[in-house]
Amino acid sequence: MDRYIYADNAATTKVSEEVFNAMVPFLKEEYGNPSSIYKLGRQSAQSILDARVKVAEAINAFPDEIYFTSGGSEADNWAIKTVAKEQKTKNKNHIITCNIEHHAVLHTLNQLEKDGFDVTYLAVDKNGLVNPQDVADAITEKTMLVTIMTANNEIGTIQPIEEIANICKANKVYFHTDAVQAIGSIDIDVKAQNIDLLSISGHKIHAPKGVGVLFCRRGVKLTNLLDGGGQENGKRAGTENTASIVGLGVAIQTAVATRKKRVEFLTPIRDAIIKELLTIPYTRLNGDPVKRLANNINISIVGIEGESLLLTLDALGIAASSGSACTSGSLDPSHVLLALGLKHEVAHGSLRLSIGDDITPADVEQIITSVKTASEKLRSFSPLWERIIKENIVF
Amino acid sequence: MLYSDKVIEHFTTPKNVGELENANGIGEVGNAKCGDIMKMYLRIEKGIIVDVKFKTFGCGAAIATSSIATDMIKGKSIDDALKLTNKAVVEALEGLPPVKIHCSVLAEQAVKSAIADYYTRLGIDPTPFVGIIKEMNH
Repeated sequence: MDRYIYADNAATTKVSEEVFNAMVPFLKEEYGNPSSIYKLGRQSAQSILDARVKVAEAINAFPDEIYFTSGGSEADNWAIKTVAKEQKTKNKNHIITCNIEHHAVLHTLNQLEKDGFDVTYLAVDKNGLVNPQDVADAITEKTMLVTIMTANNEIGTIQPIEEIANICKANKVYFHTDAVQAIGSIDIDVKAQNIDLLSISGHKIHAPKGVGVLFCRRGVKLTNLLDGGGQENGKRAGTENTASIVGLGVAIQTAVATRKKRVEFLTPIRDAIIKELLTIPYTRLNGDPVKRLANNINISIVGIEGESLLLTLDALGIAASSGSACTSGSLDPSHVLLALGLKHEVAHGSLRLSIGDDITPADVEQIITSVKTASEKLRSFSPLWERIIKENIVF
Repeated sequence: MLYSDKVIEHFTTPKNVGELENANGIGEVGNAKCGDIMKMYLRIEKGIIVDVKFKTFGCGAAIATSSIATDMIKGKSIDDALKLTNKAVVEALEGLPPVKIHCSVLAEQAVKSAIADYYTRLGIDPTPFVGIIKEMNH
């Protein structure tokens, strides 16, 4: 076997050397509580402030609009619930989203529905795109918030968030976006793009797991997430995760600084892999071919099941992901793939490869060969594949 | 998903894969929508399962349970094969994650379905021997 290729960077990323080195002092000698008055504490507090400035600069926000959280899910929950709570007092109860959001958004909204809020789940088109006109049409005088992700985690589709945000601004509706997958791939400028709330996760950009950010624009009333000490401007109590926050600061600075180069490097590689994989008969590309994250490949290989494909690829030295029911932790395949109009049978055979910046030509070759080998092996004893060929079933 | 080494072993190098040209009992359970189909081919001579093969569309556990179930009934009498329980399949695989238990049920049902087909081909109502094969629409 050649070396192991990690092609699941949309799930999580490796902590970079640079981030790791920046964090180490805060796990060793710089262990002071940022709330303490003496030098050791002041140094920690200063480092957190530095990280806050770095995050703010990365998205063109003010440092006091940056709130450190435990990750993207917490940021999504906080953003949506804070607007819901505050706007309810203004007799508004309607939220608009789309049907391919991350579960951190969808399940938060499901919960709010139980509490009496109205939620509109806009359907996406066959490539996973939200039509901004649909957002405009769905807005009523009761609408308080629109939440649409910047880019989808499974199929990589990049949404027209600027257009949507402008519609929101014109209608005096708040706009939140889950930018967890987008940071480092798409240029984010919260001021120019009229974003009110935005979620970021550290571990998708080579910072550690367990740290994220909620950006909340000045003027949007942010309710307390955790009561206690005065951390995060009194909104989220609890002693800060100094080392991880410092790591996130370094990671986002690098992600934004290297974004252009990274996208230019990865896009042709992504397209070459997609082109090759689509030569396998009975395959389809999921997501938009162009409005797509530079590292995202998502195809369906009809006649095989995703989990067994992942296990076979694992044995061939490749870590990847799938939207099959068996890997989604439920009886149904991924809600994202079904929202594109895929049949269950086709969604079960989905494969997501999210390639890393360190990919080599040899890796590309190994990925293509391995996916072909694995597909052939699994199809050779698949009764579904046998039937498709025999009856010439078209999906 | 934490699979036992045994599951991985049977998934990676499955036993009795393919079709039997001279099969005299073929059973199929599951459906594509749910993500697993198991097809089992039996060659039965004088009440003994002399050969068995399978084809499966499904997850790692579905393929591993097919593999081990075919191994467990090969060379056995019909009576013994009908006694194969999903519990025995799980034990032989050194356990399955809770969400994958249905795969072992599928394997048990596939064996029963193939034996039922054998009886049917002989013009014998299989129900008294095999019972009702559940439509595995989990």
